[in-house]
Amino acid sequence: MPRSSRIIPLLLFAALAVVPLLGLFIRDGYILNLVSRVMILAIAALALDLILGFGALVSFGHAAFIGIGAYAMGILASHGHDGFFTGLVVALAASALFALITGAISLRTRGVYFIMITLAFGQMAFYTASSLRAYGGDDGLTVAARSLVMGAKLLKDDRLFYYVVLASLIAAYVLCRAIVASRFGRVLQGAKQNPQRMQAIGFNPYPYQLAAYVISGMIGGLSGFLLANLTEFVSPAYMSWQRSGELIVMVVMGGMGSLHGAIIGAAAFLLLEEWLSGFTEHWKVIFGPMLVLIVMFMRGGILGFVQRLAGGRHG
Amino acid sequence: MAETATATPEVVLSLKGLRKNFGGLRVTDDVSLDVRCGEIHAVIGPNGAGKTTLIHQISGFLQPDAGQVFLGGSDITALSPDKRARAGLTRSFQITSILPGFSALENAALAVQARSGSSFRFFGTVADEAALNSEALAMLSEVGLAERAATPAGLLSHGEKRALECAIALAMQPKVMLLDEPMAGAGHDEGQRLIALMMRLKATIPMLLVEHDMDAVFRVADRVSVLVYGRIIATGTPDAIRANPQVREAYLGEEVAHA
Repeated sequence: MPRSSRIIPLLLFAALAVVPLLGLFIRDGYILNLVSRVMILAIAALALDLILGFGALVSFGHAAFIGIGAYAMGILASHGHDGFFTGLVVALAASALFALITGAISLRTRGVYFIMITLAFGQMAFYTASSLRAYGGDDGLTVAARSLVMGAKLLKDDRLFYYVVLASLIAAYVLCRAIVASRFGRVLQGAKQNPQRMQAIGFNPYPYQLAAYVISGMIGGLSGFLLANLTEFVSPAYMSWQRSGELIVMVVMGGMGSLHGAIIGAAAFLLLEEWLSGFTEHWKVIFGPMLVLIVMFMRGGILGFVQRLAGGRHG
Repeated sequence: MAETATATPEVVLSLKGLRKNFGGLRVTDDVSLDVRCGEIHAVIGPNGAGKTTLIHQISGFLQPDAGQVFLGGSDITALSPDKRARAGLTRSFQITSILPGFSALENAALAVQARSGSSFRFFGTVADEAALNSEALAMLSEVGLAERAATPAGLLSHGEKRALECAIALAMQPKVMLLDEPMAGAGHDEGQRLIALMMRLKATIPMLLVEHDMDAVFRVADRVSVLVYGRIIATGTPDAIRANPQVREAYLGEEVAHA
């Protein structure tokens, strides 16, 4: 692993850790809220990078896991089960189950077919959520309050909640990093490079890819659970196919197959979006071409660009 | 099921009446042959004779329409390629097939990993597993690639990639090896090294060799089968094949006379 891939995530997490301190000077929840949102979607992008960057599995339905995690929290809360750990466990279990079923089917296909079938499952989840009349249907569901930790309203404090999100992001990152470096990770990456060779060595890629898909789905569910807590609102829009597409853009933009690239990509995407939409309501007209330029001229995404700047010899 | 295959106990790999059609074209026509302990059994034949198709059927990448494949006496016809590999059947590919993003060492280590314990291990850095690395390095040394261990496999020369494939195959500790034109694209020196390696290994790992290079075939093979239009027209020692009038007429003619 190049030295920069150890330093960059450390810098990244250190920078994120000091953000709430800014709040001591600016009395404003806006930044805290925005960066919490960035980190939550970074968790989802991280989940996608695990299978996209290391397994070449282009899931075009990954927002479904955000939605499932969010609805798990919202539905439980609407029935009075507002414990943090209960919500988290149910969110993870529900996304694991959805990943297991849809993954078992999707992974029997390859390439464009895999993209299309994951999109189809994502849409299925979207329309299912839209049809849940008891839980707001199209309009979504407002959650009364953030989850309780041991019966206490600790997360009501935005700064504390921010650190819970940051800890989740770091945990997800460390987990993915360990997986990628493990025996399992090596098989996953081998199957990405040359599945036929892997079979000839004695590995059937399928169970490994399925396990990676389930892990990725669960991390996506974690992201959704936190998102519902942040916004205190749950809606089918969380799992629209546009959101799935945005996750892919975040990963590609940041730099696929590096994990911290996904975090950088999520931050760049959301902050750029936030910044541009402050100028004009037609911000997408500027945002679209910018994305095209980034993908065209920054091979390896933002991370690849930074690494080329830092050590020209890798050029 | 295995009664005919194990007629001679020294047979490692045995094909019984393999048949395969692509549409109306019969590419494998009632092929039966065996590979015995300690031998290199070569399959030769003109282009389009169905040699690679045969390798695919033995290794499980293609299912035969009829017939069976036996490995060490047990029927493996229904097994997937990865299960056959774990059962001890190793193949090389006609077109170099490695994992280009991994170093040479990682390529070989993955083959060691495949037969040593579970790979459903999510923690513990595989790069630090000394047992995998030392065995992988031994295999690289065996094929003369030890100095290139840290090089990404995609950056190796063609000959080095071929050697790496051999190292991967060795790391699997196979019962039998299928070699699909290993000499293709190899330079003279690389070719000589490969021949030496095959001769050295055949006592422990019998091989089924599909090869175009007649010179190499007649130097290393203990027995030769001639495949023409998917059908084996003769099997015998290199000398017997050279002298076989049917073989000369059907295919070899000049080439064999000069070899």
